Amino acid sequence: MKSSVITFPGSNCDRDMDVALKKFGFKNKMVWHADAELPKSDLVVLPGGFSYGDYLRCGSMASKSKIMQSIINFANSGGMVMGICNGFQILVETGLVPGVLLRNKYLEFICKNVFVKINDKKNKYFKNVDNEVLEFHIAHNEGNYFCTDDQLKEIEDNNQIAINYCDENGKIEDQFNPNGSIKNIAGIFNREKNVLGMMPHPERMIDASLSGEDGSLFFKNLINNLK
Amino acid sequence: MIVNEQVAVDHGLKKDEYAKICDLLKRTPNITELGIFSAMWNEHCSYKSSRLHLKKLPTKGKKVIQGPGENAGVIDIEDNDAIVFKIESHNHPSFIEPYQGAATGVGGIMRDVFTMGARPIANLNSIHFGSPQHKKTKNLLRGVVHGIGGYGNCMGVPTIAGQTSFDSSYNGNILVNAMTLGLVKKDKIFYSKAAGLNKPVIYVGSKTGRDGIHGASMASASFDEKIEEKKPTVQVGDPFTEKLLLEACLELMAGDSIIAIQDMGAAGLTSSSIEMASKGNLGIEINLNKVPCRETKMTPYEIMLSESQERMLIILENGKEDHAKKIFDKWNLDFAVIGKTTKSKKIELYFDKEKVADIPVNTLVENSPMYDRKWKKIKLPKKNKIKKEDIKHLKIIDVLKKILANPNVCSKEWIWQQYDHTVMGDTIQKPGGDAGVVRVHGTDKAVAASVDSSAVYCWAHPLTGGKQVVCESFRNLISVGAKPIAITNCLNFGSPENEENMGEFVECVQGIGEASDYLKFPVVSGNVSFYNQTKDQGIKPTPAIGGVGLIKDYKNMITMDFKEVDNLVLVIGKTEGHIDQSLFARTILDEKNGPPPEVNLFNEKNNGDTLLKLIDNKLIKSAHDVSLGGIITAVAKMCIKGKKGISIKKPKYLINEIEYLFAEDQGRYILEINKKDFKKVADILNKNAVHFDELGTINENELYINDKTKVTIDELSTSNKSWLKDYMGK
Repeated sequence: MKSSVITFPGSNCDRDMDVALKKFGFKNKMVWHADAELPKSDLVVLPGGFSYGDYLRCGSMASKSKIMQSIINFANSGGMVMGICNGFQILVETGLVPGVLLRNKYLEFICKNVFVKINDKKNKYFKNVDNEVLEFHIAHNEGNYFCTDDQLKEIEDNNQIAINYCDENGKIEDQFNPNGSIKNIAGIFNREKNVLGMMPHPERMIDASLSGEDGSLFFKNLINNLK
Repeated sequence: MIVNEQVAVDHGLKKDEYAKICDLLKRTPNITELGIFSAMWNEHCSYKSSRLHLKKLPTKGKKVIQGPGENAGVIDIEDNDAIVFKIESHNHPSFIEPYQGAATGVGGIMRDVFTMGARPIANLNSIHFGSPQHKKTKNLLRGVVHGIGGYGNCMGVPTIAGQTSFDSSYNGNILVNAMTLGLVKKDKIFYSKAAGLNKPVIYVGSKTGRDGIHGASMASASFDEKIEEKKPTVQVGDPFTEKLLLEACLELMAGDSIIAIQDMGAAGLTSSSIEMASKGNLGIEINLNKVPCRETKMTPYEIMLSESQERMLIILENGKEDHAKKIFDKWNLDFAVIGKTTKSKKIELYFDKEKVADIPVNTLVENSPMYDRKWKKIKLPKKNKIKKEDIKHLKIIDVLKKILANPNVCSKEWIWQQYDHTVMGDTIQKPGGDAGVVRVHGTDKAVAASVDSSAVYCWAHPLTGGKQVVCESFRNLISVGAKPIAITNCLNFGSPENEENMGEFVECVQGIGEASDYLKFPVVSGNVSFYNQTKDQGIKPTPAIGGVGLIKDYKNMITMDFKEVDNLVLVIGKTEGHIDQSLFARTILDEKNGPPPEVNLFNEKNNGDTLLKLIDNKLIKSAHDVSLGGIITAVAKMCIKGKKGISIKKPKYLINEIEYLFAEDQGRYILEINKKDFKKVADILNKNAVHFDELGTINENELYINDKTKVTIDELSTSNKSWLKDYMGK
């Protein structure tokens, strides 16, 4: 399986994603934001970080990068595109997934482990994951997912919510919402479910010596689903 | 502008210093030259009050590749890997503008590290605030934490450990010390020594603006009521540009284009160009019209004294300009050839085709003032005797809960959750433990780092305090299973012109020197911050020690959380019952006098080395050093972290229970071992003449001393975790 990780100026989880993808069997390429052509890929990842310093609005400058047009085309033709953290912010700026990401409710950066409940398994990202709940890791300042009521209805009608913040037993309640996201939304699909944007970092959960191993479950499953 | 003695005094120079400048130049300096002298001769850059004493610190060792004098220290961690590290203060700017002050402190220290070719792999910090009741404290704390996070998070470097304290002596002068560790191959270390004639001098990074002019001079003076006016001297950070600068520099460093490189930190272009020239025994000629400027009509004076951040000065090999420019263009950074090296041994500056400065380098560096300031020795205070009636009504559990909730002991989760501590995917011990630990990427090795200070002990008796901080750093590294290698120090003191403050400095440095010498834990880098004082009120002497150690196989790392019910808990190191200057004495008895606990270097070394042996033999399940709050506080934290309890049996000493549990005697650790290993452990401890007590056994969920003295771990956890969150209103 071939993957591509895009490096924008200010990306800082690009190496971590590269390490994770390779660990689980992807042949990964690092792709520079100013390139026009996307290498042949089964999966494209927009990694976390602070592209363009998050100075204008998180993800907005990066969403206009040269490489993005080929990524948008790739996604529109059914290609798998995953945006993590800042990558999610870039995805919402391109319109590939609906909604926006506001500053966290308490106006503070949060770095910690969280639990997320898988809402939909009829997609290539989560199909065949045995667990209902995964322990992931978040590290962000702007992860507060927001959308209009109409959008929310559409998202729910189409089953586009990928994961919600919850407790270890899968209970989705306000007290387990780290950043104020609507409906505890941690990740969201496009309508066709080939594009996934999520705030949590599965690439930081691939080693028992670090934060935990539920990211390993995610990546192992992902590569199998793509085969 | 005409330069005279008054103008020099307004620049922070003393009258005799101005006379010396005129004498060295054999003429009156122009305003640009005066600015340059004032920047190079202030306390922050010249170390004029401290140099004499810093010379006495041990700086050499088998593992030391580079000691003080470069951008940062470098130590050998084997297999051609080296760690570059340093701690630096950003106290004055952080008080004036907490967010930017703290952020640029973090940015500055990371630049010091990657200037040497190392990729930063971990950040730490030591931050100190006034009394929680002081009206400024909350906002300063919030601003500093946001600033540290804002910069470090954006750079993608994990913040893995730190220290936060509160004391009313910091009401008018907070401390913000930032430390960075970087990883480099031993044969790819870069230095700041210029070499070769007619080599191009290159400016890269951000453009130069008017921010931070005279920042270093501001940091070399006391505060008064006009402090708000100093805001323009605080630099403004741009972590995004620094991230680009990091990647661009490392890309250029992969080749062989660079002769020397130096970041523009305090005193900006002035100190960077002069340091490179001085180390290479060369001259440098700069055309200031070529310096990329952010604002229009900047004068030579402003260009030379700006402390705009995220800039570097590089001396390149001839002919490598195009190659280097391509890399900086790719990263969207300014790149300009601004001058060349010369044989004149002078700094020669041109602006609009006129020569605007012409100063022999040695007058700025070797001839800079050095003072043997008067200082006063501080005697060891007399011991207090605890009166039985003062303590007999105290209930141990109530006292313990108070101590766990004390601002200087309580959980700092509210702070470190705002720092990205997991990016780079190698943080195997996150904040909240004895030391932070990161793996050396792609290897089995790991590096542990801790930052410590004990202002109260240093204030009570600077010599003992200085020794104690080094020992505490040593213990924190050993507690996670790391072999201590070297330290960096950030020496935060009041005014050196005050004999008592100067005495505190001299004796703390002596204590640091004695301990680091004995423990073979040399000082490889550091920074001095004087004038942490408002009017006549100085801070408590606060030397902060950043220690670094190596774990050869990261799987042998130790954490402090209790692991398993029925395991045995031991205390190693003897408890004499030293209560003076303990948290117990100061907060429960309200007794502020007396000596700090005695430091016995032999015991420190022997106990630490022996614990490392136990760890090597895989006999230790968890470990934690005993510090503030004594044995019971240490044990309670291990219970809270491990969500387990302990049944304590006080050993049959002659001292009473309170003294045994809350005393802050040094050189002690709490260890968890499996019962079946007891004989093996006891044999090793006995063989090495290490005193130990059997403290108790781990249980499910209760700290139990007897039927009347017990408490659930949940309750202790609440005491420990609520104070800071409640204080910050969350």
